[in-house]
Amino acid sequence: MLIDSGSPGAPATIGISLTINGEVRELQVAPWTTLLDLLREDLDLTGTKKGCDHGQCGACTVLVNGTRINSCLALAVMKDGAEIVTVEGLAKHAGQDGAMHPLQAAFVERDAFQCGYCTPGQLCSAAGMIAEGHATSREEIREAMSGNICRCGAYTNIVDAIEDVMHAGAAR
Amino acid sequence: MNRFDYVRPTTVEEAVKAIGSAANARFIAGGTNLVDLMKYNVERPERLVDITRLPLEGIEEHEGGLRIGALVTNSTLAYDERIQNRYPLLSSAILAGASGQLRNAATTGGNLNQRTRCYYFYDEATPCNKREPGSGCQAIGGVNRIHAIFGTSENCIATHPSDMCVALAALEAQVRVTGPGGERRIPFAEFHRLPGDTPQYDTTLKADEIVLSVDLPDEGFAGHHTYLKLRDRLSYAFALVSVAALVRLDGNTIGEARFALGGVAHKPWRNAEAEAFLTGKPATRESFEGAAEIVMREAKPQSENGFKIELARRAIIRGLTQAASGTPQSQSDKRIA
Repeated sequence: MLIDSGSPGAPATIGISLTINGEVRELQVAPWTTLLDLLREDLDLTGTKKGCDHGQCGACTVLVNGTRINSCLALAVMKDGAEIVTVEGLAKHAGQDGAMHPLQAAFVERDAFQCGYCTPGQLCSAAGMIAEGHATSREEIREAMSGNICRCGAYTNIVDAIEDVMHAGAAR
Repeated sequence: MNRFDYVRPTTVEEAVKAIGSAANARFIAGGTNLVDLMKYNVERPERLVDITRLPLEGIEEHEGGLRIGALVTNSTLAYDERIQNRYPLLSSAILAGASGQLRNAATTGGNLNQRTRCYYFYDEATPCNKREPGSGCQAIGGVNRIHAIFGTSENCIATHPSDMCVALAALEAQVRVTGPGGERRIPFAEFHRLPGDTPQYDTTLKADEIVLSVDLPDEGFAGHHTYLKLRDRLSYAFALVSVAALVRLDGNTIGEARFALGGVAHKPWRNAEAEAFLTGKPATRESFEGAAEIVMREAKPQSENGFKIELARRAIIRGLTQAASGTPQSQSDKRIA
């Protein structure tokens, strides 16, 4: 329904169920639809960005069952039953009623972006990384965030913002 | 991306049946390499068999070692306490590769079966014997700075890109697979192959077989190991040269040494003569230089990757030094230990 495969004899779309930013959605997807394209093109959740579309830039990072992944390399049909959190649902997911997620507030405070294109991916990646709990030092944060490219070069301030939130212990 | 049909079996038996029932079917789990290859039209499967619902997710004690299910993600494996304590080389090698997001999705079986990152393999506008057998190799004499210096053929000079597999080669893991012909265990050294006349085959896994687990032996060399990875940027880049080194010391004498190189061949590269040379020798720079010299004798540079010969020689010496002295390379502190 949402995607015309344009291919004679192509298989019918497949019904899946996803919980996206807390809302259960019953969806029909063609098997070749990536999670990124489903979010952006079909569900109008355009906060998640398409940068390289090859898993190299991290702009498409979302949380799937609490884990950060590149949504451009995930087929939506394979995530049937999963809970997805995008940048639009990050604050709500952290229980922030109407307010920004602590990472969003810290990014503003620390001026952790210029153009902002990579920011949704940086935020979701940072939230996932903090939940993973393996990075503590500045060096470890830099290493753990290396899957998110910022062509404006705001890295120093991004790490500052993440450190603020980590030290405040407020991130989820 | 081409159009394909999609099946999602829940048992290994169903999965094996599903892969055999279409001419050009592929298993998919993490998808981090396959989906990318499909976007480039390098892979055009008629059918995808989603194996993420198969019961292959555990890490279990097995014959004194550990049995790692094919669906265990790179992140789960790298941070597993048993792996960190008993096989720290494996944990380190995994964390040297890819990014946090990719490691969260990528699986153990998928890592073994990932394809080369040769530019020509990825570019369907160019000939490539691995992508299209018989079409030729433009990497030979072309842009080949990242390519192999060992075990190449006139048909292919691609490298295997994995870090994890370099560690598994040194650890001498086994790959447990199954298919219509039944279950078998493949020694790690025999899982990946050299290109020869058939570079389209990366491994000895048959088209209708599936990886069930990677089995680690009991000996993990936890005291003396390192994974040293040299690359163009300090994180999130493939190895130009990497070394997985393991040493067992009796005092200052080498009881056993193993080392595998990544980024230099179509498979993790070991040299039995060089390893045997080290047995009984003192753990000194001179010994390590001797071993490196034996390995590098077989190196054959391409037009743009001659630098790898000196880089690999020095990496072997440094890697063995790190392993012997018990100072493994950190994967977050980028200063070379």
